[in-house]
Amino acid sequence: MITDKTPLVQVRHLVQTFNAGKKDEVRALQDVSFDIYKGETLGLVGESGSGKTTTGRALIRLYQPTSGEVLFAGQDIAKLKNGSAQMLAFRRQTQMIFQDPYASLNPRMKVKDIIAEGLDIHHLVHSPQERDARVAELLAEVGLNEDHASRYPHEFSGGQRQRIGIARALAVEPQFIIADEPISALDVSIQAQVVNLLKDIQDKKGLTYLFIAHDLSMVKYISDRIAVMHNGRLVELASAAEVYHHPLHPYTKSLLSAIPEPDPDSERQRVPIAYDARQAEGGQRQLVEVLPAHYVYATAAEVAAYRQSN
Amino acid sequence: MERILEVKDLAIDFATYAGTVHAIRHVDFHLDKGETLAIVGESGSGKSVTMRTVMGLLANNARVVSGSVKLAGEDILHKSEKALNQMRGNEVAMIFQDPMTSLDPTMPIGKQVAEPLLLHTKATRAHAMKEAARVLALVGIPDAQARLKDYPHQFSGGQRQRIVIAIAIINHPKLLIADEPTTALDVTVQAQIVHLLKDIQAKLDTAIIFITHDLGVVAGIADRVAVMYAGKIIEYGTVDEIFYNPMHPYTWGLLEAMPTLSATRKRLFAIPGTPPDLLTPPQGDAFAPRNPYAMKIDQEQEPPFFAVSKTHAAATWLLHPDAPAVDPPAEIKRRKQIWAQKEGNHDYR
Amino acid sequence: MAASKHIAPDAFKLAHVAATEKEYIAAPALTFSQDAMRRLKQNKAAVISFWLLVIIFAAALLSLVITPHDPNAQNLNYTYLPPKWGDLNIPFFNGHENGIDMYARNQVPKGTYFLLGTDYLGRDLLSRILVGTRISLFIAVIATLFDLVVGVGYGIISGWNGGWIDTLMQRVIEIISSVPNLVVVILMLLVFKPGLKSIIVAIAVTSWITMARLIRAQTLKLKDQEFVLAAKTLGESSFQIALKHLVPNLSSTIIIQTMFTIPTAIFFEAFLSYIGIGLPAPTASLGTLLNDGQKALQTQPYLLIYPAIVIVVLMLAFNLLADGLRDAFDPRSAH
Repeated sequence: MITDKTPLVQVRHLVQTFNAGKKDEVRALQDVSFDIYKGETLGLVGESGSGKTTTGRALIRLYQPTSGEVLFAGQDIAKLKNGSAQMLAFRRQTQMIFQDPYASLNPRMKVKDIIAEGLDIHHLVHSPQERDARVAELLAEVGLNEDHASRYPHEFSGGQRQRIGIARALAVEPQFIIADEPISALDVSIQAQVVNLLKDIQDKKGLTYLFIAHDLSMVKYISDRIAVMHNGRLVELASAAEVYHHPLHPYTKSLLSAIPEPDPDSERQRVPIAYDARQAEGGQRQLVEVLPAHYVYATAAEVAAYRQSN
Repeated sequence: MERILEVKDLAIDFATYAGTVHAIRHVDFHLDKGETLAIVGESGSGKSVTMRTVMGLLANNARVVSGSVKLAGEDILHKSEKALNQMRGNEVAMIFQDPMTSLDPTMPIGKQVAEPLLLHTKATRAHAMKEAARVLALVGIPDAQARLKDYPHQFSGGQRQRIVIAIAIINHPKLLIADEPTTALDVTVQAQIVHLLKDIQAKLDTAIIFITHDLGVVAGIADRVAVMYAGKIIEYGTVDEIFYNPMHPYTWGLLEAMPTLSATRKRLFAIPGTPPDLLTPPQGDAFAPRNPYAMKIDQEQEPPFFAVSKTHAAATWLLHPDAPAVDPPAEIKRRKQIWAQKEGNHDYR
Repeated sequence: MAASKHIAPDAFKLAHVAATEKEYIAAPALTFSQDAMRRLKQNKAAVISFWLLVIIFAAALLSLVITPHDPNAQNLNYTYLPPKWGDLNIPFFNGHENGIDMYARNQVPKGTYFLLGTDYLGRDLLSRILVGTRISLFIAVIATLFDLVVGVGYGIISGWNGGWIDTLMQRVIEIISSVPNLVVVILMLLVFKPGLKSIIVAIAVTSWITMARLIRAQTLKLKDQEFVLAAKTLGESSFQIALKHLVPNLSSTIIIQTMFTIPTAIFFEAFLSYIGIGLPAPTASLGTLLNDGQKALQTQPYLLIYPAIVIVVLMLAFNLLADGLRDAFDPRSAH
């Protein structure tokens, strides 16, 4: 749980436009603002095309934001120069876990070289023995063993590969980890392994997570707060319990209503709520704190209605 | 009940450079008219290979070791390629996981939907196009007549999957095989597609085999469920039997690992370890190395099926009369309580 | 199904499995290239081609040290001697032409044999073929060098940077490839004398284009792969990413394309020499040998046949080996 409420990451009016001014212009993020507190897990949920992956990549500066600020520990990382010393320092503090366990590991590298890549870049080890020892330590941390170090990625299952990806991220001892749909390509029984592992590591090291997912049901187990994105905007942001028990935005309600439960009795009675994007567009809308710590993207009239209903 | 599909003692090997992979290790199941069977399993459990066999779409390096596959009484394992072509898209149709790759991007969708009709019946071009428009409307493509000339990229992911379904059902197949049809889709779209499949089944009385690794979807669509692990079916039964009275520890693990919105647990259950390598299937029960309830015999001898009811059986030594009573996980106990109530207060514990 | 009756009661004791055993990988460790080599070895045509090339090039290299005769030494007494393999009386290889022993008629001393005969200046054909093959080998090395250095480098830089750099570099490639390389060679003749120099320049200008295009396309694909993004987020420099992540994953493309470039370059040189704007006399190359041989085609066909066999074998072997390598490194493209 959150120990203190110091923001580690502050996103302010982040806009990300691809191919600006051209025919195929994509406005991936439109004025997104939120904070991530130290030691918490913020779940970022949305469907394909909602801009959740773009947000993650802008936060780790894989993309150069079009406008807006991304403050990491008070420093605007949108202004860092590639190759600068500050940039290299930032690269140690923020790490990413990727979606596709088959594409995120270089097929031509041994597991130990994959994991040690960060160690080499930041000169964190000074001898081959130290390097091997550190790799073994990291493998143990993610539940694999030393024998796996000299093997190649294709010999591992999806879940094991994802754990190798986690070990690679942990190697540089980051403070903040962005997990970009780390479980969506895995089988259900393996998803839980990865989520539990991430949680254990967080408890042990006091890490801060941004956990991106398209599926609300899994996010619930790891997130303190949840942000829901739709069409490049944040539509709702509140504590995990609030989002599940008192969703306000119609899109969140629709998402929740669509999640299948492994329970035939309740499935037979399921009525998914359809969401029509038009009902939440137009008018003067912004992200408003409707209830304490519960933000919704809405017009003034809707805000009043939300407050009334509670 | 008319029997649509009967698979008996099916075993399939794949010759690879590393050796022979025993992908399917003696599988039996059947399907009646208008029924939905869900085959649940992790990747590599053999569920997709089983379905490819039924479609006659096995890869070149596959070898049928034993067994028979009968579709509407006809053995399809010994059919010629020509006869198989006649069968595919006519009596059996398949829906694949990724609607992006199962549609031809260079062909208008009207033509793609009408194609099976032109291929397998004596329908005229005009009639086929009319029928295509009708089926597209049936699967929920708005303004279908006007969109016949549109190309796949002009549709959203969910709509594309609807078009794929339209292609599959235009010839009123007896059997529809859906291979993870919702895995690549968003949750809200997934709900719509599941609803659509149910709707089509009610209208056309098609038998459906639904392959998935997601038990949540299964609960909503299946009449019966077969759970596969390491190339074998390890438990089968009606949907209520599998969800409320599961017997195999692997089914327990799958159900426990499912995240639910209603549950209040703060930690997810994970099945430890990874599925076995089918190059060298372990001796005894393939699930034993990951099974917290594994007994000595599990490591020595493969368990046979023990019948639980007429429709329900599980391949686990735990059901042997000499086996000790084990304490299932809390989540499974909760489910068995629901079962007990359903069964008229029979105490199953 | 009924359970077996003969089960010892203690078989139903719970057994504990160690956690590490659950993660055990049974299969032997195989790298990608080991796997590819295994596939290559199963391709008989490719293996035979490989050994043929090894033999041909070993013989050509050996000719640096020793040749049966001096390849450029003229001896007008020995003109148009047919092949003779010692005193073995094999038809076509016994020094007879139209039933006459040419060696005796030309008073060739006993113990002097020309295994593949001599040309119109009495030069030993075998020695000249070996030297000519050496030229081909040299051309192969040059073409490979340009493919690897210029082609690979150009492709990676263009694909990796993208944007205006990519646009500019691609326009340059289009301009170069729009000029036929025969035209380039003819233009070179205005500057240099005909010879190796102008051929090398022509190869330098054009041979790496296909490689650059292929590498660029692959790089574009690779640079969005998550393992490359991961390297970026770790702070890896572009140069290191190219070295550690791009080149190893491009290696199969590089090897295969090189195997296709080499025969093209060899054939290009032979073609130029054949039409007379390649290597000048008296330097032997497969092209000039063919040209010379063609003149005596009706009377001494062996002068054309043997060099032709060598060049055909070279082309065929390179192409079969390249096909084999492609199937081995990229199994999906095989079907």
